Amino acid sequence: MGNHIDMRSFFIIIFLSFSIFPGCRRGASEPAAERVVGDTILMGTIGDASNLLPVLASDSASSDISGLVYNGLVRYDKNLQLEGELAESWSVSPDNRTITFHLRRGVRWHDGTPFTSADVLFTYQLLVDPKVPTAYADRYLQVQRAEAPDPHTFRVHYAQPLASALISWGFPIHPRHLLAGRDVLRSPLSRAPVGTGPFRFVEWVPGQKIVLEANPDYFEGAPGLHRVVYRIVPDPSTMFLELRSGGLDFMGLSPIQYAMQTDTPAFRRAFNKYRYPSFSYTYLGFNLRRPLFQDRRVRQALAHAVDKQELIDGVLLGLGQEATGPYKPGTWPHNPEVRRYPYDPERARQLLAEAGWRDTDGDGILDRGGRPFAFTILTNQGNDQRIKAGEIIQRRFREIGVDVRLRVLEWATFLKEFLNPGNFDATIMGWNIPIDPDLFNVWHSSQTRPGELNFIGFRNKEVDRLLEQGRHTLDEQARQRHYHRFQEILAEEQPYLFLFVPDSLPAVAARFRGIDPAPAGIMHNFIHWQVPPQEQKYQR
Amino acid sequence: MFAEIARRIVMMVPLLLGITLISFTVIHLAPGEPTDLQTQLNPEVSAELRERLRAQYDLDQPLLVQYGRWLGRLARLDFGESFAQDRRPVAEKIAERLPVTISINLLSIGLILMVAVPIGILSAVWRNSTFDRLTTVGVFIGFATPSFWLALLLMDLFGVRLGWLPIAGLRSFGYEYLDWGRQLQDLLRHLVLPVFVSAFGGLAGFSRYMRGNMLEVIRQDYILTARAKGLPERTVIGRHALRNALLPVITILGLSIPGLIGGSVIFETIFAIPGMGKLFFDGVMMRDYPLIMGVLVIGAVLTLLGNLLADVAYALADPRIRRRS
Repeated sequence: MGNHIDMRSFFIIIFLSFSIFPGCRRGASEPAAERVVGDTILMGTIGDASNLLPVLASDSASSDISGLVYNGLVRYDKNLQLEGELAESWSVSPDNRTITFHLRRGVRWHDGTPFTSADVLFTYQLLVDPKVPTAYADRYLQVQRAEAPDPHTFRVHYAQPLASALISWGFPIHPRHLLAGRDVLRSPLSRAPVGTGPFRFVEWVPGQKIVLEANPDYFEGAPGLHRVVYRIVPDPSTMFLELRSGGLDFMGLSPIQYAMQTDTPAFRRAFNKYRYPSFSYTYLGFNLRRPLFQDRRVRQALAHAVDKQELIDGVLLGLGQEATGPYKPGTWPHNPEVRRYPYDPERARQLLAEAGWRDTDGDGILDRGGRPFAFTILTNQGNDQRIKAGEIIQRRFREIGVDVRLRVLEWATFLKEFLNPGNFDATIMGWNIPIDPDLFNVWHSSQTRPGELNFIGFRNKEVDRLLEQGRHTLDEQARQRHYHRFQEILAEEQPYLFLFVPDSLPAVAARFRGIDPAPAGIMHNFIHWQVPPQEQKYQR
Repeated sequence: MFAEIARRIVMMVPLLLGITLISFTVIHLAPGEPTDLQTQLNPEVSAELRERLRAQYDLDQPLLVQYGRWLGRLARLDFGESFAQDRRPVAEKIAERLPVTISINLLSIGLILMVAVPIGILSAVWRNSTFDRLTTVGVFIGFATPSFWLALLLMDLFGVRLGWLPIAGLRSFGYEYLDWGRQLQDLLRHLVLPVFVSAFGGLAGFSRYMRGNMLEVIRQDYILTARAKGLPERTVIGRHALRNALLPVITILGLSIPGLIGGSVIFETIFAIPGMGKLFFDGVMMRDYPLIMGVLVIGAVLTLLGNLLADVAYALADPRIRRRS
């Protein structure tokens, strides 16, 4: 992944962020047999946090830290199933329009004030307050009425059933007693948060580090680690050197670091490496408004011309898997049975010939009606994986007589001048994969205006219907049927060539025990990580 | 002379206004807006919400209105609040980063002067000698070496393999538990590599410049006179030639004053040093207009002041210039 500037990861994380909740982390799974407390973990992060009031922040560094300081009402457990966090339980009314949360008793904010349903109601009011500049308002504007009938009950009513309603309450709950009646934008909590979570805020040295300390009174028990320090190291190569010299205990490795640079006995003694599919995929999207791509056979032909395994080997050094649709393989929304397009240049040429594309002038490029088959693939600067994928695809397309140019653009220019106005032929981009499968905003035909996310202009009546049904169905099996059919249509139509799902490759110092890789990754039981006393490195 | 200085200071005001107007326009011409970071390609954000956010930053107002408001705040020496998600005052964000950047730049300029001046002088005096050739090759290697590459090699050598120096950042973990002597030592150890790397690339320019000046001066008649008087060569070079050869250095130092607050993004990124370069770069990437304008205004003021200062210092140091005006 090595690249020129540090903005890369920043962009991937911030701009393509689907799942906003830091909720899918820590878990209340079975506690370790022996409780050992102590030591510090030094975590490497590319970017500094921006704002530790979650309602105002949308970057991943802020949400990582907020995830340890705050709690939501619910969260995803290690198997990506919903479970209660600040809510002990909840009930959904028979018409699926009302959710009642029963809150935990005896929970206190880090300053000792008791947590009540008034805090939840206040957080909801913050999210929908027109004066608060938050990127999260939309989901909460669907709430018809919210109320806190008693200190331990919180109830919301929706105009119509919403499948993602429940997880939307995984949003970090803000302390009412410190924020109500004050200007949230100028709140000191932005720089020194007070939450209910397993770690308390200690110190933030801008651009250098953020320090958290175990909350001994945490309602799920005190965490095993005494301190968590996020060190800001903007360059991935420097971060890797820091890791090897002991200046960091945890970082996400790039494929080349994972495969080539950590295969030494010394590294294996000092660190454990983990590998599991990430929640993101990379794709090649066609602008379906262009006449060139309106014929489905053309898109299918191009799909046959791309060797996905070659991309995974070349770009990810084998550390990833083929994508077949917009969901993560192995999760319930993913449909593994869809049509696939094995690498087959013969079949590709044949399909293109059926669509009228032949090389009549013998220059090696297909043409139809005197016009050559040529187009440009756009991608954004600062993401080496996309650029490399583009170069490999360019060569494969050339082999079947399709002339492709690759153009790399600065992010803001790419969005404003090309992607949003629909001024492109094809683009290599990535999406994060949400745990909740609602992709209405990306695939519904109503979302094709400039600046909206269906920028390729995909329109399909059946997909529209499936997406509408999917977001208003609460039953998981019924939902699964809608989304499985949705993926069949995408596989048939190939509006995107779904390329690959890269692996997450974290490395953690070997002294940390209790790490339990699961579908949710490794951070889900962070509060149960611990270091045996004789191996503890930091005493204070 | 004081009248001249006053006249130049007054002239700075319209110049500064012009600079801000041009900068403001150019920044807004670049595609993209500060709210894009939160709203673009974010499935959670509707068109209505996007507009709401834009209005909160005054982005829905005509450009001239936005400029007027910004200028009004500037007149009260208020740079406004950053458009980044932390919404902190721009002045505070800059003040936080300035000391580090200025210290490293001062140290590095000091190091450059200490090394480049003697190299330049000796290369001129022993022109075309082995020493001259070797140092020429040496400083040009320094000039041509990409700083990020050199930095990574040195970090790997001194940080990982030998373990003598810290790799990145400004302070060790646990710094706050050290006594002040050890704190200072810790800080200095962290500064060794950054200062060396940033000075290494600057040696070439300065030493070549110094060599050129010296060669120019040595050819002058008064040097011939000094030698004719029978003065020892050390006195000729050390007193008569050197002082004249150093004069143009004043100009360079004056011009490097605005450079003191500018950091290099690549360099700061590699060493994980929170300095001005990265602040400005991130500001540009996320179209944080108040921050960009704040840094630019400070830079413009310092450039103008640096020019003035260089001219004044030059006049003070060189009687020939003083007499001419």
